Amino acid sequence: MLYREAGDFKTGYRSDGQTFPIRLDRWGYYALVAVAFLVVPFLINDYWANAVLVPFLIYAIAALGLNILTGYAGQVSLGTGGFMAVGAYAVYKLMTAFPDVSIVIHILLAGGITAIVGMLFGLPSLRIKGFYLAVATLAAQFFLVWLFNKVPWFYNYSASGQITAPERTVLGMAVTGPATSAPAKYLICLCFAFVLAWIARNLTRGMLGRKWMAIRDMDIAAEIIGVNPLTAKLSAFAVSSFFVGIAGALLFSVYLGAAEVGEAFGINKSFLILFMIIIGGLGSIFGSFAGAAFMVLLPVLLKNVLVGGLGWPTDLAAHIELMIVGVLIIAFLIVEPHGLARLWALAKEKLRLWPFPH
Amino acid sequence: MKTLKFAALVAAGLMAAAPALADLVVPNLSYRTGPYGANGTQYADGFNDYFTLLNERDGGIGGEKVQVPECETAYNTEKGVECYESTKGSGALVYNPLSTGITYQLIPKVGVDKIPLYTPGYGRTSAKNGKVFEWVFNAPTNYWDAASVAVKHFLDLNNGSLEGKKIALVYHNSAFGKEPIRTLQELSAKHGFTLTELPIEPPGQEQKSQWLQIRRDKPDYVIMWGWGVMNQAAIQEAANIRFPMENFVGVYWSGSEIDVTPVGAGANGYKALTFHGVGMDYPIYDDLKTHVIDPGKASQGGEHVGSVLYSRGMYAAVVISEAIRKAQEIHGTSAITAVQLRDGFEALEISDARLEELGLPDFGPAFTITCDNHGGNGMARIQQWDAEGKTWSLITEFTEPDAEVLDPLILEDSEAYAKEAAITPRDCAS
Repeated sequence: MLYREAGDFKTGYRSDGQTFPIRLDRWGYYALVAVAFLVVPFLINDYWANAVLVPFLIYAIAALGLNILTGYAGQVSLGTGGFMAVGAYAVYKLMTAFPDVSIVIHILLAGGITAIVGMLFGLPSLRIKGFYLAVATLAAQFFLVWLFNKVPWFYNYSASGQITAPERTVLGMAVTGPATSAPAKYLICLCFAFVLAWIARNLTRGMLGRKWMAIRDMDIAAEIIGVNPLTAKLSAFAVSSFFVGIAGALLFSVYLGAAEVGEAFGINKSFLILFMIIIGGLGSIFGSFAGAAFMVLLPVLLKNVLVGGLGWPTDLAAHIELMIVGVLIIAFLIVEPHGLARLWALAKEKLRLWPFPH
Repeated sequence: MKTLKFAALVAAGLMAAAPALADLVVPNLSYRTGPYGANGTQYADGFNDYFTLLNERDGGIGGEKVQVPECETAYNTEKGVECYESTKGSGALVYNPLSTGITYQLIPKVGVDKIPLYTPGYGRTSAKNGKVFEWVFNAPTNYWDAASVAVKHFLDLNNGSLEGKKIALVYHNSAFGKEPIRTLQELSAKHGFTLTELPIEPPGQEQKSQWLQIRRDKPDYVIMWGWGVMNQAAIQEAANIRFPMENFVGVYWSGSEIDVTPVGAGANGYKALTFHGVGMDYPIYDDLKTHVIDPGKASQGGEHVGSVLYSRGMYAAVVISEAIRKAQEIHGTSAITAVQLRDGFEALEISDARLEELGLPDFGPAFTITCDNHGGNGMARIQQWDAEGKTWSLITEFTEPDAEVLDPLILEDSEAYAKEAAITPRDCAS
């Protein structure tokens, strides 16, 4: 009923190779984008922006970044939090040093700086892989957090070591600082998420993405067929860190407004984003969004249901919430180790054959 | 249909539940979980119970009941922001998040939303300058006052001279722990002692190497800026290296029962700063017993009543309720708004006589808040732990901090903030 393919014919390679080959999917996607850009900004209030949608979009960008590295290129990384911190501190230094340059440019530059740092820490990946690489990137995480705590230049010598985002505007609307309206916050994050997801999708289905996947699936075989592991791995680290850096820059400047490196970008953040891509689905753009939604929205939802709806004590609710999220993660991974994206794909297959399965 | 129902349920769940708008709403951004939960719980209980007492005994403040919706932050800034956003729509009058990190996050936001932020003994020290920080109040005292009072205590012990002495600062490596460094550096220049800074990574269980360094350097005094599990670990480590406990002084937040009891007899003589009285020898505890604890209305069953942090939560509630009273008086209405409450704070005067009326004689320092001074007079006392009797006792009177050192620092830091945030300082003369 839903996924009727009758009459949905492809007559060229171009139409066969598009991102959404099924017409209904495509329409659904257009409708979603239209609602996200044209409807939500008019309905959104402070609570929805700050507690739900803005963190979701920012974490989705970070998950996209890590998914490129871990999901597509097969390089395990536990340094995501540290790389987000690079993005945040880069954008802070740029914002305060060049107040007249547009914040959009600063955020992109912060991504670029993170890409360079990411490539630097990606160098060990040429020699080591798997668990060993995970430990090397973990070192990056600890080193970067220590660095931003230790060197006062990074936080402009402020007394408390915190960084605070000053007000910056895009097209005359404040997007950082306390006076930012909810729609402005949401729209800037949405624009970045939309464009970056589009870039990620096209990178991963192009030559670069195929090289990454070849390296992931079997690096020796990939090398024999002519994939240069050096460029493939380092490009994966660079692109991934670029995404993660932008997520960090947005997290600090648009969402939080002030940050303290140990807390905002600690090891927990690395784990959180790793969980997102594992639950969402490794090697999938949709999975990055689904995983981010799962990890960001579920705790808020549970909190509102348990405390707001049922009136439980807050500490009991907080503990139960941890347990529920934990159990759900385990349950999901047992039922479908390939994550939410695979569940969604299976549901689609079923619907396409409905009502006549084989 | 089913999916539609589910979607509606999800949407309903994500919307914050809004309490009735009629009452005075004072949200309690508490934390009862995580590495700081044990300390946060006691504070939150005291905060809740005082408002329960007002509701039960007096029918609220000026005839208006007080609602204290709680929101769990886990001492995490992101959750704190979520709590702030989800409660501010309910007519919240004032926020007291008990976290320097969350306070820093909220300072710019409360200025835009026009809701007072009350941070007694924590938060951003330079918020004392009311000309720049219109919406933030940190009376009666703050971190720099604490650092100064601690140094004054050492001066008293050494006949007024600290020349050539060594003082080590063991601090939580976060905004909270870094706050006193500037002040202590200035004070070390003024009094001629050397200062060693020893950061401890949050949450703070790992501090062996810092204490090895203390053992090697043998400082004359150790000052601690810790919170949560860090305190217990530090006091245990100090006992392990046999550091003389009477030379070990914690900040306000490192001086509760749960910080010292795990160490047992080894913690005897440990000192900490405080800005309110200790123990239960105050008439208010009789009222609390009659109206809150015995009827079973105490938060968490009243298991922490009378502890240091319980008293501190209660004290914060006392100041907030006094500010609400003042605002009601100024504006001639009982149902005040957050903006009106700010006026109440700026005209607040807590005198010794008023404390006596409240059943808290000599509990806190007498102080006033004015337009340009949001921090009161900064007075603090020293308390000392008696491991045998399991009690804290106050060993000094309320001491004034060294304004000569602090005032220029506060001016400098608040002006830097004003410049950064493009705020024009108010003129308080008019």
